[in-house]
Amino acid sequence: MTARVRSPRIAVVDYGAGNLVSIDQALTSVGASVVIARDPTEIDDADALLVPGVGAAGPAMERLARHGLVDPIRDWIGAGRPYLGICLGLQLLFEGSDEDGATTLGVIPGRTVVLADAPTLPHIGWNQVERLRPHHMFAGIEPDADFYFVHSYAGAPAGPDAGAVTLANTTHGGTFVSAIARDNVIGVQFHPERSGRDGLRLLANVVDLVRTGGLTATPAATVAI
Amino acid sequence: MLRRRVIPCLDVADGRVVKGTRFVDLVDEGDPPELAERYAAEGADELVFLDITAAPEGRGTLLDIVERTARRAFIPLTVGGGVRGVRDMRDVLRAGADKVSLNTAAVADPTLISACAGRFGRQAVVVAIDARRRATGGGWEVVVRGGREGTELDAVGWAQRTVELGAGELLVTSIDRDGTRSGFDTDLLRAITSRVEVPVIASGGAAGPDDFVRAVVNGGADAVLAASIFHRRIHSIAAVKEAMFAAGLPVRRVPEAAA
Repeated sequence: MTARVRSPRIAVVDYGAGNLVSIDQALTSVGASVVIARDPTEIDDADALLVPGVGAAGPAMERLARHGLVDPIRDWIGAGRPYLGICLGLQLLFEGSDEDGATTLGVIPGRTVVLADAPTLPHIGWNQVERLRPHHMFAGIEPDADFYFVHSYAGAPAGPDAGAVTLANTTHGGTFVSAIARDNVIGVQFHPERSGRDGLRLLANVVDLVRTGGLTATPAATVAI
Repeated sequence: MLRRRVIPCLDVADGRVVKGTRFVDLVDEGDPPELAERYAAEGADELVFLDITAAPEGRGTLLDIVERTARRAFIPLTVGGGVRGVRDMRDVLRAGADKVSLNTAAVADPTLISACAGRFGRQAVVVAIDARRRATGGGWEVVVRGGREGTELDAVGWAQRTVELGAGELLVTSIDRDGTRSGFDTDLLRAITSRVEVPVIASGGAAGPDDFVRAVVNGGADAVLAASIFHRRIHSIAAVKEAMFAAGLPVRRVPEAAA
């Protein structure tokens, strides 16, 4: 192991959406210091914010609201600070979800829609992630590596920047966006914390980005829609 | 393309992995987190823990095992056995499980499925269906309590009903084949997979790699589960995946160190 100057502090938002143990363990094992955050005061001095979660958008937004976290998360992203969304934490970045009609954070133009032409739903299991451009998140990971998915809906970026936001696609019947990246915001539809060695590598790369400032944007770069 | 999954199942009693023919003649097989880590390294795509103690006093032990496993094996974990309500499910998920499997409790109270799916999303709810071929009249009957008790429910009809209620995945076990090493009941699997759109995990009867291929090709299964052939090292996960790959099925590569 190489000596590290300082472990980046990553606040993992806990809003009652299930398993945080594997995220905590995975981040810790790649050198991050994890804070499980239940209210806004616990995210303030973190270096990065991670929103996990599975399930539907409506109940998740309600629970975030109950914990007073909706505006702090929006402000965090607007301030150009590092954000990683996993599964529902990616979907919540969009304007709304077709799953239950919920209005979500509205940080990325587009909506969360049901997977089109899927032979089975939910889409559960390991699948490939086809990268459309290089990103440090995938550094050192084979192009045909598999990642673990468990979901029925996925965010569909829209508007003039949709192409620039989209980082990777995955095919299950139809093709959907499985990773996005824009300035200080990255999101993955799969679960790196449950994707074995390649998933840990991806999280290590994210921690690297946080440590080196590669996921920090100037506030002006991230204009909320 | 979505990979077909190979899933070792660990029967857990009083904090240890046990083997035995369906709840009798149990033999200690080791520490669950240790075995889980070994299977993850050998290329398991997912793990299923089946708590066969399921006595109230054993719950704390189980949650501790789930957490220790989640901290060692970075692959998905489904936990079944003894989950009787939303609160039980929350506890198991918070301990580090990704999915919970409901069986007897769901038969007794089907609204449990919708309650759990409503709270945690259908992707976290696996319904386990134990089925026995009817002696007369065709079809399969749902059985509970480890196969000891009949229910009169038609297995295919019950499968469809659980999906309507919110099951995100089905774990279908042929009680006739379980522990017999005579191959999966592909007729049962096909009867269910042709009628539901959720993924189906085949269980009960695995003897060799070819059975896994048949469960997918003939039965339409998305994933295949086995216990004893892996525990006893009769076949490796790599050998099973090799056979599936040779049959043209998409599988996830086994990590290099284990291949």
